[in-house]
Amino acid sequence: MRFVFKTHYDQDIALARHGGQRFWYGALLAALVLAPWVVPEYGIAQLTFVLIYGIVAVALMLLAGFTGQFSIGHAAFMGVGAYTEAYLGARGWPFPLSMACAMGLSGAVGLVVGLPALRVKGMYLGIATLSFGFIVEEVMSRWESVTGGSAGKSVASPSLFGWTLDSPAAFYYLCLFCTVASTLGVLNLLRASTGRAFVAIRDSEISAQSMGIQLARYKSMSFSLSAALAGLGGALYAHKIQFISPEQFSVVQSIDLLLMVVIGGLGSMHGAFFGAVFLIGMPQLISVAKDYLPESIRQATGLQGLVYGAVLIAFVMLEPMGMYGRWLKIRTWLELYPFYRRGMFKRQKSFQKSERLK
Amino acid sequence: MLLLQIVVAGVAQGCVYGLIALGFVLIYKATETVNFAQGELMMLGAFAGFGFMALGLPFWMAGVASVAAMALVGLGLERVLIRPVLGQPAFSIVMLTFGLGYVARSGITMLPGIGTETHMLAAPYKGAVLRAGGVVMAAEHMVIIGATAVLCTALWMLFRFTRIGVAMQASSQNQLAAYYMGIPVQKLNGLVWGLAAAVATVAGLLLAPITFVHANMGFIGLKAFPAAIVGGFSSLPGAIVGGIVIGVVEALSGFYLPEGFKDVAPYVVVLIMLTVKPTGLFGERARKKV
Repeated sequence: MRFVFKTHYDQDIALARHGGQRFWYGALLAALVLAPWVVPEYGIAQLTFVLIYGIVAVALMLLAGFTGQFSIGHAAFMGVGAYTEAYLGARGWPFPLSMACAMGLSGAVGLVVGLPALRVKGMYLGIATLSFGFIVEEVMSRWESVTGGSAGKSVASPSLFGWTLDSPAAFYYLCLFCTVASTLGVLNLLRASTGRAFVAIRDSEISAQSMGIQLARYKSMSFSLSAALAGLGGALYAHKIQFISPEQFSVVQSIDLLLMVVIGGLGSMHGAFFGAVFLIGMPQLISVAKDYLPESIRQATGLQGLVYGAVLIAFVMLEPMGMYGRWLKIRTWLELYPFYRRGMFKRQKSFQKSERLK
Repeated sequence: MLLLQIVVAGVAQGCVYGLIALGFVLIYKATETVNFAQGELMMLGAFAGFGFMALGLPFWMAGVASVAAMALVGLGLERVLIRPVLGQPAFSIVMLTFGLGYVARSGITMLPGIGTETHMLAAPYKGAVLRAGGVVMAAEHMVIIGATAVLCTALWMLFRFTRIGVAMQASSQNQLAAYYMGIPVQKLNGLVWGLAAAVATVAGLLLAPITFVHANMGFIGLKAFPAAIVGGFSSLPGAIVGGIVIGVVEALSGFYLPEGFKDVAPYVVVLIMLTVKPTGLFGERARKKV
């Protein structure tokens, strides 16, 4: 166990707490940069999806994990980004410009959806975003001149400064850049006053308000930023999958996104990426495990949903902090080896708390 | 006359939404949990009814048996899943019910030969029509409306006249005070889940003759949220009224507006409601003092 003695105020908000962290994150980044030379093409495709979902998970984490506003319609923001990118890309807009428009438009839509969020809280907000998700899904499948309706729309590879990024490795690097940039951006936001205001709103709206935080402003800011990032993820997703249709951005998909951040661990940036790895990795694991299962189970269509549901239930009941919480426990156990106690991470308060009047 | 017919169909559909919303409201009031698996409970109920009929029970017997069975399922769910996690943030418990929905939906699909098919629930009144002064009404719709009225009266009497019902009201208003008064709040929470599952089963059995029984019929539960919001999330009569409002709006917009508006109309209504009056038509206005 390493103790960090702080001798300077800046250490409180430093991105990395000590040299060891800097080393490991650097090593991770180096491994990701070198991956296309080592990992086969299929693996690179999966990694690209992890990076794309990582962006969306970071977006949802910012909103649900750090501002405490949960959205059951985030796939709709992805959809807005994806369709904007596809539409403008087909009109020959340069990629950076169309990407900026995709982010801007989904951010603006997020702002509009955030407006009812100023009046309602908790599960009312969830239902408002759910309704919004349904409406967007319907618009996507009806507005055929722009979206191609339920028949879908094909998306070309993006081109950047004259190069067409049509090789998997080139697109992987684009996604890596976007993911690292947006993660760093969100991390920096969170250690600035804005991010601390978000966390204050999550922990207690009334206290935050009495400390002089403008609830309306910060809530809609959080919504808008989160939607813009989800739009970025959606735009990259559209390029990766090269064919988009409304059912890829349905409400069911939104629930999958929520599942991702909850299983990853709400309220931690690591959790966002753990969740993305889970969402992409689980179907692979299931398809590997299928070879060892009896015939009747192997053929069943619902296997994946059953596993997702069971894992979600197990995490909420046994490990509310998600995969990140589990990782924290394993790490602490290793660091403290003979001195680890079982109850170290036990919640102090476990009475029934009322949220009805929050 | 056509308008009246559409409205009746809308009211019938709305009663189903209302019954599902009733389950939400019951559970929300008692345990402050929003049960996103309410639609799946309805689906399970319909499958239970189908299963009992396949065993050879007549429709009414199968209905009673499946309501009883699902009430036990509801009791069990509360005991096994919900009670251990009470006290965690509401969001976690909502996710738990999402997980429950996933498991129920995929668990049914995994039943070989049954789960992936759509089945017809042979109700004895299916296909019959009632004629009243030039208005033709399907018997299924009238049964839904009638059964909802009966069920609501029964629930009202439960909450008004029985000790258990009064205790339920007490514990839903202030759990801590109810504990102090010697009310077994945890047992009541179990009963409320059982009651909600039973109501959902009734909704499933009523809906099944119209839409068939299949694994994804639980998604209709997502339309019950607008119903609960419009009625006010903490009001039992509000749930039914909200359901009827949503059903009628849906039916009318399906008839008068271009195709596609029917599916989004409930959600547009709920967004308007949330912006104008977030507490709903019958919602109580409660404020917290710091």
